Amino acid sequence: MADYDIPDDLLYTHEDEWARFEGQRIVIGITDYAQQQLGEIVHVELPAVGTRLERGDEFGSIDSVKAVAELYAPISGEVVEANEALVENPELLNEDCYGDGWIAVIVSDRDDDEAMLLRPMAYRKHVAERSD
Amino acid sequence: MSGGRRTPLYAAHLRRGARMVEFAGFSLPVQYTSILEEHAAVRETAGLFDVSHMGQLELSGPGALAAGDRLLSRRISTAVPGQVRYALLCNARGGVVDDVTAYRREGGLMLCVNAANIRKDFEWLRNHLEPGAELRDASDDTALLALQGPASAAVLGAVADAALVALRRFTFARGQVAGRGAMVSRTGYTGADGFEIYCGAADAEAIFEALLDKGAASACRPCGLGARDTLRLEAALPLYGHELDDTTSPLEAGLGRFVESDSDFIGAAAIRERARAGHSRALAGFVLEERGVARAGCAVAHGGREVGVVTSGGPSPTLGKSIGLAYVPPPLAAVGSEVQIVIRSRAAPARIVETPFVRGPRAGRRGAA
Repeated sequence: MADYDIPDDLLYTHEDEWARFEGQRIVIGITDYAQQQLGEIVHVELPAVGTRLERGDEFGSIDSVKAVAELYAPISGEVVEANEALVENPELLNEDCYGDGWIAVIVSDRDDDEAMLLRPMAYRKHVAERSD
Repeated sequence: MSGGRRTPLYAAHLRRGARMVEFAGFSLPVQYTSILEEHAAVRETAGLFDVSHMGQLELSGPGALAAGDRLLSRRISTAVPGQVRYALLCNARGGVVDDVTAYRREGGLMLCVNAANIRKDFEWLRNHLEPGAELRDASDDTALLALQGPASAAVLGAVADAALVALRRFTFARGQVAGRGAMVSRTGYTGADGFEIYCGAADAEAIFEALLDKGAASACRPCGLGARDTLRLEAALPLYGHELDDTTSPLEAGLGRFVESDSDFIGAAAIRERARAGHSRALAGFVLEERGVARAGCAVAHGGREVGVVTSGGPSPTLGKSIGLAYVPPPLAAVGSEVQIVIRSRAAPARIVETPFVRGPRAGRRGAA
């Protein structure tokens, strides 16, 4: 079976997104499992800066050659940055999903959202359950 | 990982690192390494697909050809043994039961049918047989490989009889491939030159591996369903369940050249009547004029109103643009028409263009679906 990179310093969602907490700023993106499942990514619809999101809101989408996947807000807050580099270079999501392929930065306005996210161990289990 | 039925090449796919998905009840590779690389191989050199999921229904006996003429949108009795014809099986309302390739053999014919329709087609044929015609489902005993791309003849020539490599488009013959008996036709579903190789389940792996080994020098690579779909879309070839279904007239789908107007097949009268009454929609190809990807199910809008629906859509690796097929009102199907495709509540401008989107040296006709 394929191996998936699941860093220890991130939190995850069941929808295969990751979140890195930097104080109130939270950087979000899609996981290695997600990008491998999607295959070659050809287009990204980014959220507009200033958008207010509730956890679970659809805020964008990712098209690969074969499929489209919706993006869901892992936490509630306001979009303060979107990674415009993905517009010209959507393949960054395949090449570096935890680095240059980040999708957006959200400023959280709910303290309890963090507790709703999956720890790396739990996310590894979630991936393994679907890979067998 | 995927719980579908296995083709005779299942183990070979896993050995080569394929990512398997379930399609029409079968476990098949969606890709080996990369859809884009596999797509490029078929456009530039050669690719090899396992399409063993497709069905093979045989009609034999003295009434076989008469039954074929009654069931198919083009006469098969006028074909000589060794000819292949793409045709539609239609219902009495003029809708499409399936789109098939009909192989005229000595003493009968064989229909290669879509995997999802094998049972439906079998029942349909059985219920409409003429006396003296016998029906057999050979799908489970038959493996099918599609070798596609401009280098296909060179790749096949390294392991097969010269007579097979010399086949003309839409003809077939029996012969030896990698030392095994096979039936080979010069057909395909990619818009490229190529061959389809029917063989016994027990011979499939030997033929598959031989073509990939001999193909190494000319870059023949195994390809999955992902590339098969992007290739057929570039060639604007219909996919049953998307462009065609039990309610669609072949004429709405732009398949008029595969419907013999003077033939008395089942559905012919209804197709003519529907054309006389005037179709409310026509299939058209579009190119998206800005970023984004149109997918099947997206609405087509014009003048602020929803007027149609996308039946297939995706990125065209060859053109570097997003393309698709859609049903629209006939006046809007004219080349040059401006429409919008509604992608996630955004109306993206698109233009109706000529199809096929990509023209190969022999693009635009299809073999097995």
